[in-house]
Amino acid sequence: SLTKAYAATPTNLKIIDLYVVFAVATALVQVVYMGIVGSFPFNSFLSGVLSCIGTAVLGVCLRIQVNKDNKEFKDLPPERAFADFVLCNLVLHLVIMNFLG
Amino acid sequence: PRPAPRADETLAQIPPPRPPMAAAASTMLESLPAPLLRALRLKTKQQELLLRVSALALIYVLAFAVRLFSVLRYESMIHEFDPYFNYRTTLYLTEHGYSEFWNWFDHESWYPLGRVVGGTLFPGLMVTAALLHRLLRALSLAVHIREVCVLTAPFFAANTTLVAYAFGREIWDSGAGLVAAALIAVCPGYISRSVAGSYDNEGVAIFALLLTFYLFVRAVNTGSLAWSLAAAFGYFYMVSAWGGYVFIINLLPLYVLVLLVTGRYSQRLYVAYNCTYVLGMLLGMQIRFVGFQHVQSGEHMAAMGVFFLLQVFFFLDWVKYMLNDVKLFKSFLRITLTCVISVGTLALGIGTASGYISPWTGRFYSLLDPTYAKDHIPIIASVSEHQPTAWSSFMFDFHILLFLFPAGLYFCFKRLSDATIFIVMYGLTSMYFAGVMVRLILVAAPAVCLISAIAVSATIKNLTTLIRSKSKSPQTTGKTTGSKAAAKGAVDQPLPFQHNVAVALLLGAFYLLSRYAIHCTWVTSEAYSSPSIVLSARGHNGGRVIFDDYREAYYWLRQNTPTDAKIMSWWDYGYQITAMGNRTVIVDNNTWNNTHIATVGRAMSSYEDEAYEIMQSLDVNYVLVVFGGVTGYSSDDINKFLWMVRIGGGVFPVIKEPDYLVNGEYRVDKGASPKMLNCLMYKLCYYRFGELTTEYGKPPGYDRVRGVEIGNKDIKLEYLEEAFTTSNWIVRIYKVKPPKNRS
Repeated sequence: SLTKAYAATPTNLKIIDLYVVFAVATALVQVVYMGIVGSFPFNSFLSGVLSCIGTAVLGVCLRIQVNKDNKEFKDLPPERAFADFVLCNLVLHLVIMNFLG
Repeated sequence: PRPAPRADETLAQIPPPRPPMAAAASTMLESLPAPLLRALRLKTKQQELLLRVSALALIYVLAFAVRLFSVLRYESMIHEFDPYFNYRTTLYLTEHGYSEFWNWFDHESWYPLGRVVGGTLFPGLMVTAALLHRLLRALSLAVHIREVCVLTAPFFAANTTLVAYAFGREIWDSGAGLVAAALIAVCPGYISRSVAGSYDNEGVAIFALLLTFYLFVRAVNTGSLAWSLAAAFGYFYMVSAWGGYVFIINLLPLYVLVLLVTGRYSQRLYVAYNCTYVLGMLLGMQIRFVGFQHVQSGEHMAAMGVFFLLQVFFFLDWVKYMLNDVKLFKSFLRITLTCVISVGTLALGIGTASGYISPWTGRFYSLLDPTYAKDHIPIIASVSEHQPTAWSSFMFDFHILLFLFPAGLYFCFKRLSDATIFIVMYGLTSMYFAGVMVRLILVAAPAVCLISAIAVSATIKNLTTLIRSKSKSPQTTGKTTGSKAAAKGAVDQPLPFQHNVAVALLLGAFYLLSRYAIHCTWVTSEAYSSPSIVLSARGHNGGRVIFDDYREAYYWLRQNTPTDAKIMSWWDYGYQITAMGNRTVIVDNNTWNNTHIATVGRAMSSYEDEAYEIMQSLDVNYVLVVFGGVTGYSSDDINKFLWMVRIGGGVFPVIKEPDYLVNGEYRVDKGASPKMLNCLMYKLCYYRFGELTTEYGKPPGYDRVRGVEIGNKDIKLEYLEEAFTTSNWIVRIYKVKPPKNRS
């Protein structure tokens, strides 16, 4: 019944969901790799994992704000939500690039 | 010597908070002549805006001006101990540039270990001052960096009032915001660490703290990613400025937890906390001193735990929305919760047991368990500003805010929203910590001001509404016919003398606020404006006497010793010696190496020959002690001596505290223990003091601080010789003699 209910969600939300799942999967791959190879240099590992987690989290926030069923965000235009999303991602990746080392 | 209170130096009082704007404005306008009136007539909204902006401008100037007492009385100089290190690093930053500063290894302190300055300081304050300096230079105002450093704290205190106004407006309304700005402009709890000259991290950090909290509450209220990003940047500024950022990273998850528990979970909260946490954590890790603590230290684990908890909440919320079937959802909920809780506790357990997650450091653990420091870490227990707070300190620093705080809590609980829950939590947690450590009254001050402002604003609003409402006279209700109508009229009738009582209460409220302003300026003038490096007292004829001994001694060091000389003194004076004397020191206020400090403590408490061996091993050339017996200055090394013994004894068991006490009593007169009478510190402080008459009618060698005649007047020094004693004997410098030639 969960899959049936999920099939009814709009396509744009499904795209965002796919993006989020991809980000989390990438993070898991990195953690497994760290488990095999060791965590030196730690800042690079952290920046890699946190960039994935960060994009996943920001994707979920975008999904919340764009979802038409959310009563709290009904007067937020989706363009504004997307612009905020892009800005936050920009800052996130700038910090990641500084932290990669 | 304490200066006597003076009544002639109070500054202008703050204007009392305004009743509803339009009433005051219209009465003001009506008194103007007619043609001017027509030209100036503004709509009500514009009048209100004008009043608000002018009030805020006045508050801004007031916050800056009230902190300038010591600059006016003495001169524009840096106060106390820690600010000298900040000043020295800022000077280095402006002279050598950011890259050199970030990678600086200081070989002039903690000889022979040195100190990695770039990685062990919080750069926010220095970078801020250097940027301000660069901006002023770009505007062709050639100011010295010292002036910028001295005035940084008052500038940021003025900015804090603006943030307090915005925060108050977010929580309650603009009236409360104005009152909050006015209260925090003069609150002594905040002024104590942000006077002109107090160039310390807290001056900038409190601004960053309030800014972060304001931006986060705004993000929670609006659910916008942009505000959360701003909150993350505010948190980054806080992390770069002060070690107290740990308070933020624990208060935010606690707040989210309280909201979850009270059933106020909303998607705005999810967006705000997640964005702020992830971006804030990443930005925080860019500061080298903080490093990877956000993922490895026990103090930061609460934030991570709440982060995962929020994901679980969101997931459950989404599944519930998707399923639309209560029974299925309940079973799913049970399975998920058990899985999550078990995984979480397992991860936490493994992390803590394996040592990967480091436990709470002593500094912060002693906040949760106040008795911990005294038994285990004497250095933390010895700092005077780490002692528990007395009620008199609370009254001194908060005055009327102390009883307005519970009143404000009542109003907050009456109108509970996400924002008021936050301010209540901030207020309660910060008051607990303020009770544990005197220094943390500073962190509680903004919360107390905001909550009291809510009380003041709500009360004054109610009172003025009562005054402005039309009062029904008894005759009109008497005219209505029928007993039922008369009874109803009697219920609607306002209380007798309502108007007069409201006016009286309003006048009382204004009186209280004006007394608060007077108290705050008096406190600032008397207690918090002393530079502590320059002392002053009143002579017998009422004239003021200035003791500038510290700077005299440091400049003597700078001009009369070889440039590679090493100075041994107690750690309190390390920063000042390196900044003003420009010489290498053995230990300084950073206190990062307890064993090194204990070595110095052991040297000070040993007999002269043992101490000479220790000094030879440390390459010491000069020894500096502070002695207040001639002037009556009570913060001298003899009064601090027992801490030297305790810290030294903590590492070297050969130093035992009971050796220096007589029947548990600390004495320096004839009845003192022989170890005390012959230790290095005693000899250096009281050398040649036995010949000096300090007070009329007392024998020579009378110590004015301890109030006794000293026991050992005939002191001979074998391995040291006196190099310099300042004019009031406050600072004494001794040269360590090189070893005798072997014949």
